[in-house]
Amino acid sequence: MTSVAGWSIEDLGLNGEVRPVVRAPAPVLATAGERVDPCGPEVLQLAADLVATMRVSPGCVGLAAPQIGVSAQVFAVDVTGHPKARTVHGTFVLCNARLGEASQWNKGREGCMSVPELTGDVKRAGRVVVVGDLPGGGATEITTDAFEARALQHEIDHCAGLLFLDRVAGAHAIHTRKVHL
Amino acid sequence: MQDDARVDELAITVIGRDRPGIIADVAEVLAGLGMNLTDSTMTRLRGHFAMTLVCTGSQGGEAVEEQTGSPALEDVEAALAPLAANGSLVTTVSRVRPEPAPESPGGHYVLSVHGADRLGIVASVARGLAEFGGNITDLTTRLSGDLYVLVAELDLPAGADVDLIHERLDAVARALGVDVALRPAETDVL
Repeated sequence: MTSVAGWSIEDLGLNGEVRPVVRAPAPVLATAGERVDPCGPEVLQLAADLVATMRVSPGCVGLAAPQIGVSAQVFAVDVTGHPKARTVHGTFVLCNARLGEASQWNKGREGCMSVPELTGDVKRAGRVVVVGDLPGGGATEITTDAFEARALQHEIDHCAGLLFLDRVAGAHAIHTRKVHL
Repeated sequence: MQDDARVDELAITVIGRDRPGIIADVAEVLAGLGMNLTDSTMTRLRGHFAMTLVCTGSQGGEAVEEQTGSPALEDVEAALAPLAANGSLVTTVSRVRPEPAPESPGGHYVLSVHGADRLGIVASVARGLAEFGGNITDLTTRLSGDLYVLVAELDLPAGADVDLIHERLDAVARALGVDVALRPAETDVL
């Protein structure tokens, strides 16, 4: 089992390309992504592209492959500095991630770069164990909580072809949002 | 203002005795006329069915092939009339001009009010917000026994003094004998 702490996107030595972010109703966002070989060269490049795109997008704390048009189970997360984050693992990319354990459920309002003008109230676990593969590395397990846990669940959903819209708490739990970018 | 017999956006309300199939009936009428049901809200208010929606003339409606554009307001009224014929539902159809959503640079808030029911809670709370330029964008009230509950979402203008608004709402709450909470509607963008 490889530790996330010992993994860095910079160690891949790849220049990530900033890719356009796809918006709903693009079919790729509603399609379950394929499992990937975490050591495949195209997956390593995808990891670099996800991090590059995440870093140039204001306020973005996570980005999944379907959001840049690639139907694959790969996502990047970085909640560093977010006021609601407790446990923080910095910038990391996970492939083939699965939610192992989930507890301490709570409802929060989520937005998504791929659904820019709506938000929704979604119940998520406040404490999770996620297993997956690090690009270029081995299998890993992440135990986290609070905002990083919410971000992981949101991105795992993207890889399964699910948007927060698929999990909203009720008919009056979708809200419009003006985007100021 | 141009008085065009053909319409682009219609506001429709349907209120009355609830039964299964009202939404299907109304939606079928609109689809049949090539009207695209866009934003809507539908709920039950003290057991009455209540539907408010805006629909637009569509190029993609089911029965639009024969048409050259959106149906006239009168056509929509006539098509909905059978639903109201037995008196169980009241329908209204109005022409509205497309309106862009206003900006809300001062932030988005959620307001909760609850307490013993009495006359004027909504009036007093809403006036208190309006005095500061607070724009209520969504509001639900429920009376459950003696308990009155109001939940609203609102936009505040740029530079709004939120502390002062809290003070004003606290004063309103004390006068009404209810509890008021105003908190930012936090959205986590992921």
